[in-house]
Amino acid sequence: MQASVAAVQFQPRKGEIEANLDRIGEIFADLAREDPPDLIVFPEASATGYFLEGAVHELARGSSEYVDALQRRWIAAAGPARAVDVVLGFYERDAGTIYNAALYATLGGAGARLRHVHRKLFLPTYGVFDEQRFVTRGRRIGVFQTAAFPSAMLICEDVWHSICPTIAAVKGAQVLIVPSASPGRGIAGPEIETVGRWRSLLCSAAAEHGVYVVYAGLVGFEGGKGFTGTSMVVAPDGRIVVEGPPFEECVVRARIDGEAVDVARAGLPFLGDLDSVLPDLLLDEELPLPRGGRAAH
Amino acid sequence: MKTYCVEDILPPDPLAIDAALVERWLERFIVNELVRRRGMSTAVVGLSGGVDSAVTAYLCARALGPENLYCVRMPYATSSPESLEHAAMVVRALGCHERTIEITAAVDGYLRFEPEADGRRRGNVMARTRMLVLFDLSQKHGGLPIGTGNKSERLLGYFTWHADDTPPLNPLGDLFKTQVWALARHLGVPREIVEKAPSADLVRGTTDESELGISYPRADPILAYLLMGYRRPTIERHGYSSAEVGLVHGRLESTHWKRHQPTTAMLTNTAINEFYLRPVDY
Repeated sequence: MQASVAAVQFQPRKGEIEANLDRIGEIFADLAREDPPDLIVFPEASATGYFLEGAVHELARGSSEYVDALQRRWIAAAGPARAVDVVLGFYERDAGTIYNAALYATLGGAGARLRHVHRKLFLPTYGVFDEQRFVTRGRRIGVFQTAAFPSAMLICEDVWHSICPTIAAVKGAQVLIVPSASPGRGIAGPEIETVGRWRSLLCSAAAEHGVYVVYAGLVGFEGGKGFTGTSMVVAPDGRIVVEGPPFEECVVRARIDGEAVDVARAGLPFLGDLDSVLPDLLLDEELPLPRGGRAAH
Repeated sequence: MKTYCVEDILPPDPLAIDAALVERWLERFIVNELVRRRGMSTAVVGLSGGVDSAVTAYLCARALGPENLYCVRMPYATSSPESLEHAAMVVRALGCHERTIEITAAVDGYLRFEPEADGRRRGNVMARTRMLVLFDLSQKHGGLPIGTGNKSERLLGYFTWHADDTPPLNPLGDLFKTQVWALARHLGVPREIVEKAPSADLVRGTTDESELGISYPRADPILAYLLMGYRRPTIERHGYSSAEVGLVHGRLESTHWKRHQPTTAMLTNTAINEFYLRPVDY
């Protein structure tokens, strides 16, 4: 099992959905012309920009609308025969409720197919962030099968809570796809402090569970806040395979290989350990967990 | 057995900056916000002869090219000749456009109706007149005035409301004064400008320190710790006197209004910026 992945450090134009989709179409064309990847990942809120405040009501769309729009642009870029998987971060409207979401779709070939939508669980609402005021949180982490790997998506702050990668891995994910929009903070050292935090989080998640992490970071400035980018692919042994520079639009590419997952898990069988210990931990009655019920999707 | 013990809960150097990182970051900020977002390429900076406006001009020149930077000296009759010369040094170093516009006639034209105005009022009139010039010249050149206010003066309320704080872009507003000095040294701002005592130069002979009652190297760490959420007694245990912490805390707590837009009476559930919330770049 192998796949070629491309994480796109994308700088959207605020609120200009059509222009952003057209720009995505141009990136499709560039990638299709060079060496078409199997999976292209765009960051969180790529369709609109991240800080929307109340404008999210004007800009949230259904996932199928984006799948159709992406399908048209992929076929225009690569022709009808070639298939590709795409992840796009967008504000989703579903039955009148708005989410910060990411869709995973297979485009081209036999027709577009929406494989999964992840709705961001942890909505940062502190300091510069105000998500919970404007969108509703998701309620589950789904693992879904792609052409190559069982995968899960986590959006931005989801990954800062280590239980999210853990649940994704326990449910079978071998690839964690992480669209993100991270406004940089911290100027004390030669590197933006938050970039270092991200790197450490993603490498830890990969190494603890023996999973690939494909992280796509938004870039550009919105109202003085600069999104850092630094998209990266982290191997299942916790090693960064490739990383993009801060602030610049670019594409980072890597080949991911199931053999590396096998090797990492053989060397550090933490996930197997967790499979056997987790039930005991979760049955601990002192944990503040609801008993006897299950949350709706 | 050796014991390793740290009882100090305060971060040791809350003002540390990597000036090269900050330079790259702020140049990108200027290009993104001015050129990409607003479709303009020209910046107008009022050069006072001080370090904040010098640093702002250096950043703009590097981000946009000196041909796209208009620096304006706006002396009043009582302004120090040294300030004018220091501003000229910046222009010579950068090779940007320069204008010198005396504001004395404009300021005095108004003040002759208010001859009893004290130094503070006169200073505010000068600051607001300078802003009038900067906005007008920006319109003339199809650009934007770029602000020069730093975080220390914003937090201490040491600026003229709706004057120094009005430019739509402000690259230095999240940097304390001592950090601006570090950035200035990195950028190669002339030593005379970096090392002189900071002054608004509104009243001859006064310095920021004499007006504020505390120096920036003493005030900045106190501000930084207060903003992080540390309590006053904790800061006082770390080498800052109760009087210093009290002075800084008092200025901070009494000037929140200066860091906000005017207070609007809210009458409906579509009140702007209360219910109707749209980002500045939407």
